[in-house]
Amino acid sequence: MIKTEAVSMRFGGLTAVSDLNVTIEKNEIVGLIGPNGAGKTTAFNTITGVYKPTEGRIIFKGIDITGIKPHRITSLGIARTFQNIRLWKDMNVLENVLVACHLRMNVGVFSSTLHLPHYLKREKKSREFAMTLLDSVGLADQAQEPSTSLPYGKQRRLEIVRALATEPSLLLLDEPAAGMNPQESMELMDFIVKIRDQYDLTILLIEHHMQVVMGVCSRMYVLDYGVTIAHGTPQQIRNDPKVIEAYLGVD
Amino acid sequence: MKRNTLLTIGALTVFALMLTFADATLGRFTIRILNLSAIYIILALSLNLLNGFTGLFSLGHAGFMAVGAYVSALLTMTPAQKEMNFFLQPIVPFLRTVQLPFIIAIIIAGLCAALVAVVIGVPALRLRDDYLAIATLGFAEIIRVLITNAQSLTNGAQGLKGIPKYSTTWVVWGAATIAVLFMLALVRSSYGRTMKAVRDDEIAAEAMGVNVFKVKSTSFVISSFMAGIGGALLGHMISTIDPKMFTLVLTFNILLIVVLGGNGSITGSVIAAFMVTVLMEALRFLDMPMDFLFIKTDGLPGLRMVIFSILLMIVVLYRQRGLMGNKEFSWDLVFGLFRRKHSAQKGGRS
Repeated sequence: MIKTEAVSMRFGGLTAVSDLNVTIEKNEIVGLIGPNGAGKTTAFNTITGVYKPTEGRIIFKGIDITGIKPHRITSLGIARTFQNIRLWKDMNVLENVLVACHLRMNVGVFSSTLHLPHYLKREKKSREFAMTLLDSVGLADQAQEPSTSLPYGKQRRLEIVRALATEPSLLLLDEPAAGMNPQESMELMDFIVKIRDQYDLTILLIEHHMQVVMGVCSRMYVLDYGVTIAHGTPQQIRNDPKVIEAYLGVD
Repeated sequence: MKRNTLLTIGALTVFALMLTFADATLGRFTIRILNLSAIYIILALSLNLLNGFTGLFSLGHAGFMAVGAYVSALLTMTPAQKEMNFFLQPIVPFLRTVQLPFIIAIIIAGLCAALVAVVIGVPALRLRDDYLAIATLGFAEIIRVLITNAQSLTNGAQGLKGIPKYSTTWVVWGAATIAVLFMLALVRSSYGRTMKAVRDDEIAAEAMGVNVFKVKSTSFVISSFMAGIGGALLGHMISTIDPKMFTLVLTFNILLIVVLGGNGSITGSVIAAFMVTVLMEALRFLDMPMDFLFIKTDGLPGLRMVIFSILLMIVVLYRQRGLMGNKEFSWDLVFGLFRRKHSAQKGGRS
C-alpha cells in the first residue's frame, strides 16, 4: 500500500528522520512509536507532503508521491489527524466535516456560488454522508454545535471523522489517544478497528499509550533520534533490548 | 422557512419603495451620501471577503479601485471630453474614440482589476499575515505611481474630469444588492466553507484536501473584481478622479468599516458602511471653526477622523469582533430576540 524508501529529513544540521523504511500492506494497522522528539510526527509530515524529504522516495499505491503538495496527496487517498487538535474553530461540527467532503464534491467556485443543480445535488449527498459519519461516532446530535464546545475525546473523534470524509484508503493518526482516560482509550481501540473494517482502511498510528498500540497494531516501528531501532510484532517489540533501552535507559 | 422568505421579499419591497421615495424627495446632497454608502457597502464586502472570510490581510484595495475607476472612465468618456482632458499629451490612439455602454465598461473595469489581482496575487499570496499586508500595500502604491506617470494613458496627476454621471441611486443600490446576494451565496456554499477553513487553520485545510493557494487566489481575484466595480461606480458618481484619491487613506476607510461591522459578517459590513458614511458627513462640523462661548477654534481639518480613530480603538479594546462578530442577520434571530424580550416582560409582571 505505502512504502517509504530510505527517507531522510534534515533541518539544517539536525536529522529528524534518517533512512526510514516503512512498508504497510492493505488493511494493516501499524504503529509508529518512540520517545518524545524521535521524529514520528516529522515522518508523518513527510508522508503527507507537509515537508519534502531531503532524501528518499515515498511510494503510495505504486505512485511516487515524494514532494507532492499536501492537498494532492489527500486527494490520492491519504488522510491524517493532528497531534494537537486542529479543528476549524469558527465552524460547527457538521461544517467541519463538510469542508473535508468538498474534495470529492468536485464543484468550482461558480457552480457553488450560483447554486447550480449539480452542486445542490452533491451538497445534499455530502450532507447525508457527513451525517452518517457523525452518527457512527455518536456526534450526530451535536452536529450544529461549535466544534470547540465538544469535550476533548469527542474533538479527537471529530478529527478522525473529518479525515474519513475525504474518503481515504490510508489513514494516519497522530496520537489519537492523547489526553484520554483508560476508558476512552479502550473505546478508541475498538473504534479504530471498527472503522478499518467498515471503510476498508489501512492505518498508521503514532501513539504513546502502549496499551492502545499493543492492542490494535499487528506490527510496529520504533524510532529513536530519527533512526528506526526496531520493527516487528508487538510481542517482539516488547522484548527488544534496544527498545527497552530507548524508553527506560540502561546503566 | 416560508415565513422567512416572505419576510425577506417584503423587506426588499419596502426598501425599494423607500429608495424611490428618497430619490424623489431628498436633496442632491443627501442622495449623494445615500449612494456613497451603497458604494461603500460593495467595497466593504469585497474587503471582508479577503479579511473576514479568507483571513488574508490585504491593504491593496485602493489600487484595485483605481484600476476599475480609470478603466471605466476611459471607456465611457466622449472623445470630445478626452480631448479636453488630455491637453499636456494626447491620449493613446486606441482609447481616443472608444466609447462603450456603461454596463459593459463597468464589467471590463472589474475584469481589469481582477487581471491585475492575478498578476499581483501569484507572488504576493505566498506571504502571510502582516507580510502580505505590506506587500499588497506596496503593490497598490506601485499601481498609483504607474497611473500618475502614464501621462498619455491616464492623464497623469491632472486626473480625469467630466466622467459621465452614470451612478444613479438605482444603479448603485442595485449593484450593492447584487453584491450582498452574491456574498451570501458564496460564503454559504461549499466553496465559501473552504475559505473559512483556510482562515481558521491553513494546515488543517491543506491536509483535508483544500487547495489553499487556489482558494486564496480565487478570493483575492473576486475581491479585486468587486473593488474594481466599486471604484468605477465611485468615479461615475463624483465625475472626477485623480491618482491622489486612491491612497492608503481610502483603504483605511474601508478597513474601518469592515472592522467596525465585524470581520466575517456581511450584515456587519452593510450596517457599518451606512453608519460610517453618514457619520463621516454628519461629523463634518467638527472640521469647521467652532465657538464654545468662551473657547473659539479655527477649524481643525481632520478632527472627524480623530473621532473615527477613537471609535476604532474602542472597538479594538472592548469589542474585538466588531458590531456583529461573525454573525449574520436572520429573521429567526429577530424573532428569537423578540420572544426573549416578551417572555422577560411576562416574567417581570408575574
